[in-house]
Amino acid sequence: MSKPKPEIKKEVVPMPKQDPEERTRNFNEVAQGYTVEQVVAEAERCLQCVKAPCVQGCPVEVDIPAFIQLIKEKRFAEAIRKVKEKNSLPAICGRVCPQEEQCQASCTMGKIGDPVSIGRLERFVSDWERERGLQITEKPDTTGKRVAIVGAGPAGLTVAANLAKLGHGVMVFEALHKPGGVLIYGIPEFRLPKKIVEAEAEYIKKLGVTMKMNALIGRLYTIGELLDRFDAAFIGTGAGLPRFMRIPGENLCGVYSANEFLIRVNLMKAYDFPRCDTPIFVGEKVAVIGGGNTAMDSTRCALRLGAKEVKIVYRRSRAEMPTRAEEVENAEEEGVVLEFLTNPRRFIGNERGWVKAMECIRMRLGEPDASGRRRPVPIEGSEFTMDVDTVIIAIGRTPNPIIQQTTKGLQVTKWGTIVTDENGKTSIQGVYAGGDIVTGQATVISAMGAGKKAAKAIHEYLMSKK
Amino acid sequence: MDQILQGLREATNLHEIVTKRELVPQINLFEFSAKETAAKTKPGQFVILRIDENGERIPLTIAGANVEKGTITVVCHEVGKSTKQLGTLKKGDYILDLLGPLGKPAEIEKFGTVLCVGGGVMTAPLHFQAKAFHEAAHKVIGVIGARTESHLIFEDEMRNVCDELYVATDDGTKGYKGLDFLKELLKKTKTDRVIVMGPVVTMKVVSELTRSHGIPTIVNLIPIMVDGMGMCGACRVTVGGKTLFACVDGPDFDGHLVDFEELMSRLKMFTPQEKLAFVLQEERGGNL
Repeated sequence: MSKPKPEIKKEVVPMPKQDPEERTRNFNEVAQGYTVEQVVAEAERCLQCVKAPCVQGCPVEVDIPAFIQLIKEKRFAEAIRKVKEKNSLPAICGRVCPQEEQCQASCTMGKIGDPVSIGRLERFVSDWERERGLQITEKPDTTGKRVAIVGAGPAGLTVAANLAKLGHGVMVFEALHKPGGVLIYGIPEFRLPKKIVEAEAEYIKKLGVTMKMNALIGRLYTIGELLDRFDAAFIGTGAGLPRFMRIPGENLCGVYSANEFLIRVNLMKAYDFPRCDTPIFVGEKVAVIGGGNTAMDSTRCALRLGAKEVKIVYRRSRAEMPTRAEEVENAEEEGVVLEFLTNPRRFIGNERGWVKAMECIRMRLGEPDASGRRRPVPIEGSEFTMDVDTVIIAIGRTPNPIIQQTTKGLQVTKWGTIVTDENGKTSIQGVYAGGDIVTGQATVISAMGAGKKAAKAIHEYLMSKK
Repeated sequence: MDQILQGLREATNLHEIVTKRELVPQINLFEFSAKETAAKTKPGQFVILRIDENGERIPLTIAGANVEKGTITVVCHEVGKSTKQLGTLKKGDYILDLLGPLGKPAEIEKFGTVLCVGGGVMTAPLHFQAKAFHEAAHKVIGVIGARTESHLIFEDEMRNVCDELYVATDDGTKGYKGLDFLKELLKKTKTDRVIVMGPVVTMKVVSELTRSHGIPTIVNLIPIMVDGMGMCGACRVTVGGKTLFACVDGPDFDGHLVDFEELMSRLKMFTPQEKLAFVLQEERGGNL
């Protein structure tokens, strides 16, 4: 006689979080992670589907049922090893992946209740491992092949890790002074602690990867010069250029691009000024223009830096926001006000050249546009003025252009992204590319997925070459 | 291949101060070991350096490069906390980060007679450019200026690369008083191109003077910037009604098209914070 099956809980085990009032006064991580009891309870909810729709939803194809089964049995060391077979940055993905649109979107549990919180389980095992010291399995035999990786963001680090595991010599060239790309300059400390990014980068170094900081490829070396020294190259330079609105008053003092604001706060730790040297100014009334994750991150940084009133000004409505639901929820809990169907027309300055107000216009939703979302249309005569002393423009980023401008024969689209085949192969032999530099601004995990494919293609290329 | 990798690994190390020389009080010349940067540096470009883990990213225009020695030279004026901290470092000390060369190189073409105007600390990188014009067999007329005689730098160096050299000080303690004499100079000398590197006011005044003569005038701008590679947009300047980034579209721009008023206003954006950092440092007796 078989044992009766315990009833499966329909509701997800909630994530312990810092209290909203408390957390807006610090930069510590908001989501605090599951305990052992909580992680096992959440793992118990996994049905171990044979078809595993979750795996199909994962850009790097982590064997999700297998690692969850190991968590159920409290075999955490094996669980993280299972994750790392496919994902070299699990502590990061567990925190910033949009799981609700990927692995969790097709979770069978989602049909009868909440989907299994795969991201939180992944986060738990990677944190568990990091707290105990990273384990490196033995190194493979070296192939004698060398690969140059340009950009130490999610795509570049994934390619680096995957190729190092296959025994290739890998050198990563990063223009900033720390590895991580958007993980280190863009995503705030309270959502992704920098010590976690540093630990993941450290793991990749332990795999044998050399990382060279302060090396801007295109200026210090061209791709052609790298090919003289390496057998192949991967370009993962991302979409790091800020888009501006091109409306009057945008260059007033107090108007930042989200990139500037977040680089100051995250990479340069301006929240710790004057102990850290990089300054930042945040006034009392802050408007963040845009409706994506970067906009949400900016609002929440502004609150923590002492702003009294922080508004999101977004030209569409809540339904069209490209941000994760969880991030909007966090921002609203912390007191961020969402001003929908509103767009700035111009910024108004005071006599000292500082922004003091913003003229806005109300919008309504018209016919769907190319993105499938309903196009916002201005309602003439609805102009009004909003008092602000800080404005952060978070309306998107465009590809970094330096490599495209300095590499002869590299095929580029009219949007400045690099043209590749589905495996990341560019128009130049031995040169591959992936991540935002190919797709335009997207997610960390999609860049990692592209990196994984490119690593496979580079490996095949290297091994076929005499 | 391994040798090359070894070389690259070495280059990831800290950057040593090979030479430090006080030119005048509060203005120091530094020569940093930076082999790869030196090999690629051209006049007009800049570097970003960071002294230590808590340091800010400091943009400085390159004043020279020695490919054989593998060094680059910058001249730095102590105007705030970070530049003062840099001034406390000695020969043999190291800085944590050095990124460069950044920005587009200056155009050194066959222009004819070039007037090079340098003010204050920017006289040093101007000399790097004047030397390139001199070597390219241009006629180079130099003008160097400072607040007062004791603040003048690079006079001898400039004399060596200029066919004529004029000196001006704000208070008239040496050479001409102010830049008014340029009006006469521009009238009597046929000038094909003007390069100005100095305080924003100087670049603005000289650009105004050359406008009526229709002489192409290039100014070298270093606004507030963070990353120096096009990511933050802090260094945006309005040039001919268009917003451009000094770090990647410049740092050289047409002086007749730059909105200098906006640039001056934006340079003051963090003045209160800069003063606070400076005062706190003074309170600690300059110890960091």
